[in-house]
Amino acid sequence: MKPFTYERAESPAAAAKAAALTKGARFIAGGTNLLDLMKLEIEQPTHLIDVGRLPMAAIAPTPEGGLTIGAAATNTAVAAHADVRARYPVLSQAILAGGSPQLRNKASVGGNLLQRTRCAYFYDASKPCNKRAPGSGCGALEGLNRNAAIFGASQACIATHTSDMAVALAALNARVETISPSGDTRSIPLTDLHRLPGDMPHVETVLVPGELITAVTLPPPPVGGQAYRKVRDRASYAGGLASVAVAGGDLALGMVALKPWRAAGAERALRAGASPAEAMAAELEGASPRGRNDFKIPLVARLATAAIHEANGRGA
Amino acid sequence: MSSVADWEATPNPVKTNRAGLIGKPVDRYEGPLKVTGTAPYAYEVQPPSPPAYGVMIGAEIAVGRVTGADLAAARAAPGVLAVWTHENAPAQPPRGTKAHPRSSAGSRPALDGDRVTYWGQPVAFVVADTLENAVAAAHLVKLSYAPETPNVDFHGRLIDGVDPPGEKDVEVGDFEAGFKASPVQVDETWTTPIQNHCQMEPCASLAWWEGPDRCIAHTSVQMVKPAQHGLAETLGIDRDGVHLMTRYIGGGFGGKGQTYDDLTLAALAARELGRPVKVAFTRQQMMHGTIHRPATLQRVRLGAEKDGRLNAFSIMTWTHCHSDGAFTEHASNFARALYAAPNRLTGHRLVKLDLPHAGPMRAPGEASGTMSLEVAMDELAEKLGMDPVQLRIVNEPPVDPENGRPFSQRQLVRCLQEGAQLFGWDRRLPQPGQVRDGRWHVGLGMAAAIRGNFLLPAKCSFSVDAEGTITVRQGMTDIGTGTYTVLAQIAAETLGVPLGKVVVEIGDSELPPAPGSGGQFGAATAGSAALAAGVNLRRAVAELAVGDAGSPLHGGDPEAVTFQDGVIALENRSETLSDLIRRTRPEGLTVEGEIRPAQDAQRWSTQTYGAHFCEVGVDVVTGEVRVRRMLGVFAAGRILNAKTARSQLTGGMIWGVGAALTEGNAVDPRYGSLIAQDLAQYLVPAHADIGDLDAIMLDEVDDKANPMGIKGVGELGNSGASAAVANAIHNAVGVRVRDYPITPDKLLAALMARGL
Repeated sequence: MKPFTYERAESPAAAAKAAALTKGARFIAGGTNLLDLMKLEIEQPTHLIDVGRLPMAAIAPTPEGGLTIGAAATNTAVAAHADVRARYPVLSQAILAGGSPQLRNKASVGGNLLQRTRCAYFYDASKPCNKRAPGSGCGALEGLNRNAAIFGASQACIATHTSDMAVALAALNARVETISPSGDTRSIPLTDLHRLPGDMPHVETVLVPGELITAVTLPPPPVGGQAYRKVRDRASYAGGLASVAVAGGDLALGMVALKPWRAAGAERALRAGASPAEAMAAELEGASPRGRNDFKIPLVARLATAAIHEANGRGA
Repeated sequence: MSSVADWEATPNPVKTNRAGLIGKPVDRYEGPLKVTGTAPYAYEVQPPSPPAYGVMIGAEIAVGRVTGADLAAARAAPGVLAVWTHENAPAQPPRGTKAHPRSSAGSRPALDGDRVTYWGQPVAFVVADTLENAVAAAHLVKLSYAPETPNVDFHGRLIDGVDPPGEKDVEVGDFEAGFKASPVQVDETWTTPIQNHCQMEPCASLAWWEGPDRCIAHTSVQMVKPAQHGLAETLGIDRDGVHLMTRYIGGGFGGKGQTYDDLTLAALAARELGRPVKVAFTRQQMMHGTIHRPATLQRVRLGAEKDGRLNAFSIMTWTHCHSDGAFTEHASNFARALYAAPNRLTGHRLVKLDLPHAGPMRAPGEASGTMSLEVAMDELAEKLGMDPVQLRIVNEPPVDPENGRPFSQRQLVRCLQEGAQLFGWDRRLPQPGQVRDGRWHVGLGMAAAIRGNFLLPAKCSFSVDAEGTITVRQGMTDIGTGTYTVLAQIAAETLGVPLGKVVVEIGDSELPPAPGSGGQFGAATAGSAALAAGVNLRRAVAELAVGDAGSPLHGGDPEAVTFQDGVIALENRSETLSDLIRRTRPEGLTVEGEIRPAQDAQRWSTQTYGAHFCEVGVDVVTGEVRVRRMLGVFAAGRILNAKTARSQLTGGMIWGVGAALTEGNAVDPRYGSLIAQDLAQYLVPAHADIGDLDAIMLDEVDDKANPMGIKGVGELGNSGASAAVANAIHNAVGVRVRDYPITPDKLLAALMARGL
């Protein structure tokens, strides 16, 4: 691990300002992802700004009938929150499908959104990875890429975003609230937060340097059922092979792209009266598997179909 | 030289079990230390002065040469004390050197050349004043290589397979003719992947020197003497110059049956720097830098009569080892003693690859081999329309079918029958896919388990002091199995003292030698030596008492002296053990005992047996499998400790679940490296993967195995467990995946091929 300096921010605005002042500064909250990566020297921050103790952990109703969730709230706190469980069960289910209890107790909402890919070639510094070392190539492209993306990948990167929580937030039309070093605030649709890899997979979000996520805002719950389903090799503490969040008529897929993948094609087909299976077939026409991950096409089709039925109360 | 007849005829305190400590579910002797984090594992031992920290750097090629090293930045980094490659590492004797001809291991030099023969081979080493400085400096070492194309494609190089050194196929009768003539046949091929041990405690060592000829080393290893001798040979000092300790070990599973460069480099650096040095593998380094269970391809052919009797069976196993190695995963051998059949063919083909070293991993041979044969038996039962339990009973041999020897004990049929009854096997519907529970298709499967039993030479000493405390000393190890605890039980039972009056000291090269932990020979071997020492101490104490004019037992028959509750007695005359010792031998009394295999032990086939029963749920939408219930019933001789033995067995069963469903490491052929390098990618079962799990041990005494009548359980629980899971999947959904592990992608493809 490289030496680094540390400060505890006094306010979100001060944190954002401090981040802009120091080249190589990173925010830290739970540290469940960042510290692991620092030990491997995949992350090499020169300065850590602790935002985990800022007063932005509250979960409160909004005047519009939605919910605002502070970025420093722990994953456990969100999943267990009565309003979340009652009105946004897909979010609670998604969070509980991720990590382990120990990780969820530490991990923050903001950190969960900004967690980095679990691609094995990203983690192995002896291998090429454009995300870790821009320009070095993609080890996964011709490698052991069973868990690679089927949507939105590029020749530069075929990794996936592995957050469960973000998939539910995408289906719920959540917005991400931020503050910039200049003190400006903005509200970004969650589905616009993460960038597809293109030729710059190391640039992962639309956030500008120093911009801090302060909260996630949910609109009022959608009309209709909600469900989250995740497929994984073992029953807990495993990244998914695929996941799906259903929130009313809205649908997002997980572990199929470098961002939570809003299945707009399937949504359109459903609204036009297609069956869930037909809708998923329409969505998956745009998929580009790479051989070892071909199975994700039928898997996603079957999983999402079952989840839509489940959300609609018709079981699997 | 002892004989089996002597063992059978001679009573001893373990057999008599007067205080009832043998078999009791006694809590772990070292449990409180472990659960409070105060058991000093090798890396946590406090050395006499502040240690330096060594970090190994692994090769980033699979085969080739190290052509250069830029060490300037690392040497200039804060706190750095040494940076080594093969160019400046201390000279060591060539690999395998035995300056002392009776050394149990030869030298294991580190950084001894520019040649790289596997990915991750340690090629550079940094020592600094703190671990953080050492890690940071290690990242600054720049190595250059002349890589060669690695030969790592096992399935593409099956044609290179040759007989393992000194082995030939074993054929009885005429397999091909018998198979052809059989009206019912199974002929299928299974594959198993590379598996990693993933011990909780990575390999780690701490060493310091007390003078130029005396090295103190703490490491994590299953066998003490080879570690001590190998290190002494490497360092070029007298064997007794190495004092090697391995007091607490966080899992071994065969992967710590040998030492690695952490030990060599810690000792070398401690000598060069004149201060203690610690070296540990990282989790990532464990995957390449230590041994693994090699992949296999197994072709199984079964030929049976319509009544289920096997006419012919064959398992042929292809497997791989390191380019300089010879280790063979003997996945075919166990079958030779399991089922009767007049025509049999078993053998192995070994492919040498530029992969890290293959080596033994829990239930070596059985774990992989039962994943084919015990599924093939299920497929045969299906073809016959016969219950899988009944098929195995029909093929129960009266004597060892390989060599005609009588079985010392064989309760396989009872394991099958009692397991079936306890598990509710009669509820299984033979036709697959008949039971639903919500989105889960539910199925039941079973498999047989077998594992050989061994007894090796060992010694032990017992001491009694003036407080009446018994101290057991033995160069044995406890890799989490319960060695400390069972030795304490044997001592307490033998000398008639409470468990609280027993001290166990093991894991030390200066204690009476024992072969260590491996092959499920540990408890029988170490325990039998302990029993011998305990009996010798009883006799010595009894003779002391009857020969002492001050003792109430004076003049009595030493053979008639009883030991109970810390009191020695002859009828109504008695005194406490501590009174006797305090009066007659205030400095204490120490005796040794030893065990050797019986001269006639080879007249019997001595095995351990079991039967696994498993209930799984399969989600046909996703191909996910979850184990709902699992029961193992085992017959493994007298059980010393119902709790630690059960833990061993259930642990082995959980390993079987992992091998069936999640565990495996894949080779990236471009690099010759393994893809999974941490426990987030190499998936062992988590708690949520294991439902209702139990292991039951049948009453058994195997007096032909050793004087205690016990056998081993460390490997047995793993043997057959994966096959029970695979068979349950078939019963749930009617498809078979013969390429382990049975992950959702593979099962989904099989389900879709069946129109599900």
